[in-house]
Amino acid sequence: MTILGVALLALCTLIGVFLGDLLGVLLNVKANVGGVGIAMMLLIAARVWLVRHNRLGHATKLGVEFWASMYIPIVVAMAAQQNVVAAVSGGPIVIIAAVGSVLLCFAATALLGRIGGRPAQDSADIEHAGAVIAGDAEAPSPVRPTTAMRR
Amino acid sequence: MLHMLEHVFVEQSLVAAFAVIGGLMLVSHVIGKRLTGGRVHGSAIAIVLGLVLAYCGGLATGGKRGLADIPALAGIGLMGGAMLRDFAIVATAFEVDVIEARRAGLLGVVALALGTVLPFLVGTLTAVAFGYHDAVSITTIGAGAITYIVGPVTGAALGADSTVMALSIATGVTKAVMVMVGTPLVARLIGLDNPRSAMAYGGLMGTVSGVAGGLAATDPKLVPYGALTATFHTGIGCLVGPSLLFLIVRALVG
Repeated sequence: MTILGVALLALCTLIGVFLGDLLGVLLNVKANVGGVGIAMMLLIAARVWLVRHNRLGHATKLGVEFWASMYIPIVVAMAAQQNVVAAVSGGPIVIIAAVGSVLLCFAATALLGRIGGRPAQDSADIEHAGAVIAGDAEAPSPVRPTTAMRR
Repeated sequence: MLHMLEHVFVEQSLVAAFAVIGGLMLVSHVIGKRLTGGRVHGSAIAIVLGLVLAYCGGLATGGKRGLADIPALAGIGLMGGAMLRDFAIVATAFEVDVIEARRAGLLGVVALALGTVLPFLVGTLTAVAFGYHDAVSITTIGAGAITYIVGPVTGAALGADSTVMALSIATGVTKAVMVMVGTPLVARLIGLDNPRSAMAYGGLMGTVSGVAGGLAATDPKLVPYGALTATFHTGIGCLVGPSLLFLIVRALVG
């Protein structure tokens, strides 16, 4: 049943966010500490368990992958409700602090990404994941590499 | 007639948002294919168009939530709000290559530490250069450079001035917008094309909305890896901002 996949996703998100809130209280922080990250790890663990016990049905998978494929449209909707006016009219101190930290972090990404050398060729699984998240996957089966658009 | 149409949009807000965003995505992909010959990713164009529309919406309504402040488009606020955004981010984890993610775990931790310290440093130095001398204001502006949530949380905890808080939030929002727009432009230059560098990138850039938008516009397969580290960023910033970082700044400026 498709709803089982959606429910699994919802359960992982709820537990993760709850644990993130709990961690925030324990650390005396007024914020959720890594709730979404914890939820992601729970979902990864659930997937591994389901695959190992051969319980990951096509429909269950569809329930999760539908939401993964809605990711980009949701991000576009998120972009459309940012307070861009405030960002543009922030003045020099805002621009300098933001530009400076973004450039510095891009440089650090380049540096860190090179540590340990470049990983081997992307596996078919990772390529398939890209196609699902891009909303281009034709069939939800990770066996064959998808030759979806992208450059 | 127009009034009735608006009524439908208001009543069916989320459904209307699906239709509007779908239309926006379609237009963006056509622009990407026809006008740039496929060089610019359709998603990147959609995100930039979204930001432009948010600017127009903000000017038109004077509100803080871009297009979502227009009553007929309020559904965009729900569709792109934190609840569905986090739900979709978690869903992308279903596609994560466990071995790859575990191998880059330590790298992610290093990136998170650097991603907190480096922007804070830039923010505090900028604040000092612009004539702020008290530890509370300097820390609040520095925290804003981490993310736009860390800024106000830190400022509120330290009792910062409201103008300083506004500056701090604006810095964070500007950073998020710059990450969304800038990532696809520099991706090749900084080697952002594999899960390992995506995890480093997520930890370093931090801002979940920035990372979510930046990776979506660059290469969708990297999304879960970047998001995995980025979601810890704000929590860590809120943890060290009003405590450790503030104490260091206070020790330095007296």
